[in-house]
Amino acid sequence: MSTKVEPTSHKRSVNKRSGAQAVIEALKAEGANLLFGVTGGAIMPIYDALYKDSDLRHIMVGHEQGGAHMAEGYARVTGEPGVILTTSGPGATNLVTGLADAIMDSTPLIAITGQVATSLIGNDAFQEADVRGITMPVTKHNYLVQNSDHLPQIFAEGFHISRSGRPGPVLIDIPKDLQVQQTSAIRPKEIELEGYKPPYEGHPKQIRKALEVIQNCERPVILAGGGVLHAEASQELMDFAEALNIPVVSTLMGLGNFPIDHPLSLGMPGMHGTGYAILSLYHCDAMICVGTRLDDRITGKLDEFCPWAKLIHIDIDASEIGKNVPAMVPIVGHAKPVLKDLIKSVGSWESRPDWTEWHNQVNGWRKEYPLGYKEKENQILPQQVIEEVDSLLDDDAIITTGVGQHQMWTAQYYTFRKPRTWLTSGGLGTMGYGFPAALGAKLAKPEAPVVCIDGDGSFIMNMQELVTAVRYRIPVVCVILNNLFLGMVRQWQHLFFEDRFAETTLMPPAFDQVAIACGGLGKRVERPEELNQAIKWALKEAEEKRLPVVLNVMTDCEECVYPMVPAGGANVNFIPGPEGKK
Amino acid sequence: MSKHLHPLSAIVINESGVLARISGMFARRGFNIDSLAVGETEDPRYSRMTIMVRGDDRVLEQVVKQLGRMVDVIKINDLAKDPHVEREVALIKVHAPPSERSEIIELVNIFRAKIVDVGKKRLMIEISGKGDKVDAIIDMLKPYGIVELARTGRIILARGQKTTSVMDRQAEKVLV
Ligand SMILES: Cc1ncc(C[n+]2csc(CCOP(=O)(O)OP(=O)(O)O)c2C)c(N)n1
Ligand SMILES: [Mg+2]
Repeated sequence: MSTKVEPTSHKRSVNKRSGAQAVIEALKAEGANLLFGVTGGAIMPIYDALYKDSDLRHIMVGHEQGGAHMAEGYARVTGEPGVILTTSGPGATNLVTGLADAIMDSTPLIAITGQVATSLIGNDAFQEADVRGITMPVTKHNYLVQNSDHLPQIFAEGFHISRSGRPGPVLIDIPKDLQVQQTSAIRPKEIELEGYKPPYEGHPKQIRKALEVIQNCERPVILAGGGVLHAEASQELMDFAEALNIPVVSTLMGLGNFPIDHPLSLGMPGMHGTGYAILSLYHCDAMICVGTRLDDRITGKLDEFCPWAKLIHIDIDASEIGKNVPAMVPIVGHAKPVLKDLIKSVGSWESRPDWTEWHNQVNGWRKEYPLGYKEKENQILPQQVIEEVDSLLDDDAIITTGVGQHQMWTAQYYTFRKPRTWLTSGGLGTMGYGFPAALGAKLAKPEAPVVCIDGDGSFIMNMQELVTAVRYRIPVVCVILNNLFLGMVRQWQHLFFEDRFAETTLMPPAFDQVAIACGGLGKRVERPEELNQAIKWALKEAEEKRLPVVLNVMTDCEECVYPMVPAGGANVNFIPGPEGKK
Repeated sequence: MSKHLHPLSAIVINESGVLARISGMFARRGFNIDSLAVGETEDPRYSRMTIMVRGDDRVLEQVVKQLGRMVDVIKINDLAKDPHVEREVALIKVHAPPSERSEIIELVNIFRAKIVDVGKKRLMIEISGKGDKVDAIIDMLKPYGIVELARTGRIILARGQKTTSVMDRQAEKVLV
């Protein structure tokens, strides 16, 4: 696929200007108007060019990792690459976690890193690091610029690679002298990459085969992942599921694609998935996977994941098909046109298969294994906090999380109904993702309420960004489920290590006070009856004062996330957890 | 499923860093390769990489797909099923005192190898041929004492009409 690139509007671009100015020009041409970053020696010429140009907004962050997650938050809400700038050496190495996070969850990102001058490269110069080498495994593609004349071409390519096909992070490492070097090179009119042609339509023969499998099956399930979101194919997913009346399981990254309270929705699969999702996937005889990697957290023990299923696997990345679970019908393509083609064909069927018996079975499992927890008196249960937040927000609100129990409870108990409202670190499981991602999301969509539901441990990992939130007056609410523990690890210690709580007790600071000290707002919440008012206060106060608000909610550390499939175990042997509410 | 050696021929952009990117991918994903040889093609903008991959069909499929998603990789061919010519060159420095010299020269003749350097106590032998032929002469020379050895890794081209060059649009980048 080649992309038409509009020629740059700058008439003066044939005149010479510095590499740094060419970078600014390229960013503008790509429509990137918000940048995150931290300056430093090797990227000063670019910051100088930014200083002279007020059209681009730059957010100076506390730590490059935080900046990378902000850019990710921005990218996941807008669908456009988030841009992060750093200096060489430590600035760039601080990005690595963010890049690894982005490649795992297919988040489009452009990282621009300064590099020592070309004459110094390879000499272990001050703040030199082999950033291209270090980031090769965690980027979709990366560049070490050799000449400032290459900059316009590389930026056009980089943005194209980052946002097309299966999106991902692209890093551009620019030696300092090339930022200063003059160039008259301009943006190419068209980008044609010989080795990069993302597929679009699915092969008609494969689509026919898929339809045959569906027509002849008795127990179908759709498993939809984050790829549906990147393909903007939520509507097509809905149309397809409803046209055939097939139940839909949404992966962690796929939450929001399909309204979780829709009668056909079965919730999340895998390690902390719903019992009915797990059982439906186990017993199904046809599984239609769309935009999912089928990773180990979804499949559990492979042989017992879906022993009877004929697998139809739709993915834009051919390498995901057959990687973990063999596919009977591989369809390499973009989820949107492929689903459209399927829907079109189904429309011409004379009759639809009758799957009443299967639906009865699935609905039986729903009743047998409802999601639930036991209420405890005078204690705030984490699940209740999620339900409370859920009840106070509408469908357009954006939720982010850290990693741990609070993340799984949010995935389980929050009613996600719209795409791009759920931001979490799925593939890499990066603690510390939630708060900076929330800031990026809020900057991308100022009109939407943005709430980060965080763990005490996770929040600590990037809490320096409170300073950023105050500095730029970014009104996000952070609800910390403070169980005084690295709760998810504690849960494993409780279940599999006989309560030996090795290094999981936290002595967190009073997060509400930390927020206040940084210039934001905060409140400690201890009693269940305070909860509702406190959340209302936080949502209102954040917008009114244009400040971040931290709710430090003290929760019960003994609460465990259920259902649960012990690591490496078969999904069907899930531990259902206590019977209770919901 | 077979644990065969598969000859893969990949056309890649001829630029610094590409070899690191590809070999890094092999290491990171735990793919086993027996040899990897790189050199410029008929068009200097591209290199041909010949990679001998060990693994069953599923592994091979993953290798091809993983190569396929790399921006620097233009094309991949699995040449296992096509008639092809395979060559490897080795330089072997062998311990050769006058008493054993004629025996070694006889071996060299049998293998149609060449003696490319002669010293007082050593001979350097050049052999070119299929990988197993190179293996065989090395085995035969071992008893005399191999002092030094350098091998190029295997290179392969399809026979006859079939080409695997960049210009040949029939071969697909990803074999799905
Ligand atoms: C950066 C990072 N380090 C370590 C881990 C391993 N880990 C996974 S969950 C978890 C505990 C998270 O604690 P907290 O944020 O308080 O959430 P909780 O489980 O208590 O809700 C840890 C340490 C991780 N996922 N990410
Ligand atoms: Mg905790």
